[in-house]
Amino acid sequence: MATKVIAGHQVQMNDEGFMTNPQEWDREVAAAIAQAEGIPELTLQHWRVIDFCRQDGMASGKAPTLRRITALAGVSTKDMFALFPKGPAKKVAKISGLGKPEGCV
Amino acid sequence: MKKLLILGAGTAGTMVANRMRRLLDDNEWRITIVDQHETHYYQPGFLFIPFGMYSKSDVVKPKRDFIPSGVEFIMSPIEIIEPTKNRVKLIKDGRYLQYDFLVIALGAQTHPDQTPGLREHEWYKTIFDFYTVEGALALAKYLRTWQGGRMVINIVENPIKCPVAPLEFAMLADWFFHEQNLRDRVELIYATPLPGAFTKPIASKHLGDILERKNIKVESEFLIERVDPDAKKIVSYDEREIEYDTLVSIPLNMGNEAVARSGLGNELNYVAVDPHTFISPQYPNVFALGDAAALPTSKAGSVAHFAVDCFAENFLRYADGLEMLPTFDGHANCFIESGFGKGLLIDFNYDTEPLPGMYPLPGLGPFSLLQESEANHWGKLMFRWMYWNILLKGQEMPLPARMSMAGKWKN
Repeated sequence: MATKVIAGHQVQMNDEGFMTNPQEWDREVAAAIAQAEGIPELTLQHWRVIDFCRQDGMASGKAPTLRRITALAGVSTKDMFALFPKGPAKKVAKISGLGKPEGCV
Repeated sequence: MKKLLILGAGTAGTMVANRMRRLLDDNEWRITIVDQHETHYYQPGFLFIPFGMYSKSDVVKPKRDFIPSGVEFIMSPIEIIEPTKNRVKLIKDGRYLQYDFLVIALGAQTHPDQTPGLREHEWYKTIFDFYTVEGALALAKYLRTWQGGRMVINIVENPIKCPVAPLEFAMLADWFFHEQNLRDRVELIYATPLPGAFTKPIASKHLGDILERKNIKVESEFLIERVDPDAKKIVSYDEREIEYDTLVSIPLNMGNEAVARSGLGNELNYVAVDPHTFISPQYPNVFALGDAAALPTSKAGSVAHFAVDCFAENFLRYADGLEMLPTFDGHANCFIESGFGKGLLIDFNYDTEPLPGMYPLPGLGPFSLLQESEANHWGKLMFRWMYWNILLKGQEMPLPARMSMAGKWKN
């Protein structure tokens, strides 16, 4: 666990780079994490997915799995890989300030 | 008479029926169990069929043999569950069953049709599954004459039933081809959507090392988009391609469609329930046990067994008007066959990942955790007898339902 300064905000992050307090998140933090994850600019399409994940994650207390996102946010798996390359569910969870998705046990 | 209705006579449902018939008064409780299939499969045994270690007769028995007298057994698929009316509609005769308490134990099934190219003209020719008895038998026949090449083992998506079975398949395949004097002509590739060999970091490291020693190559974070059955390759969403001569697929697992029709399922048709009591957050007289429950623990018989242990005592309290206690901890306990007459054992729960050590007696075992041993292999083989004769009949096992840290090493 470490405190990091991202886009001028102090945020708590675990060893894997997931924020541990989703309340510390805002849209500037998201854009900064996205840049660090190799996504230079968040488009409307990105935001549609991030907004869904924020809403779903805050309601359920956990980050949605890839299947949950594709089933409920109206975006295909293929598009998810284009928007958030290499592990889209993990990447979007990071950018959305949520924990690691627990789809796999 | 109060009515307890159990949907599904698989591992979890059968154990609940047996346990509750013993615990609940015959004069006060009527217990009914519904299932659409006549045959009970010992699913952990499917793994051994492709390698000729088990035959079909080792893994099948009539369901009826395990339903106790005093429990009504109805054969029918489920049309819909209507929790607001406390009733279930059966497909057979359109009959309704009323209940006071409902246990959903409809399990998880494989869906090869959900991956393009998988269940098409090469199905059971060069593409197989081993999560059904048909698939396991077809693969056994195929392997008797296979002359070698590249075998790719691919998990379509998690969660799956028995998350260690694909690893066991890979390690048994390594052993089997050694025995056949074919190993130098077989390339084994394990393509998984996970970042490593297993879900939890310490076990993933141990198991990853074992796979490396056995010359089984792991292709990680491979999420399959489609199979090209003519070009004999699998293609991932990020456009990686793996060619194969034989594909062993673990298809997408989903819960029963009746759960989806009833509006009780998540995106994979699993039922949301409290992780410590199995009670539905929407309906206080509805529970889900076994693979049907949307819980962050393994979908495995051992989990169902520990879950039923916790549920049975708790249900007696609840039926008397007391609150349920949060007793279930996600405990899972799985033997992992590693080939050459050896095996591993892992023991873990919601909070504690699999660790090395000894089980069940600290320091003594006889089973070693996360380490290969012959005792673990014999434990796994003995388990089939225990399953048919003790577990399914709802008898107590001399093992605690909740996980213990005794005998486990943290470093």
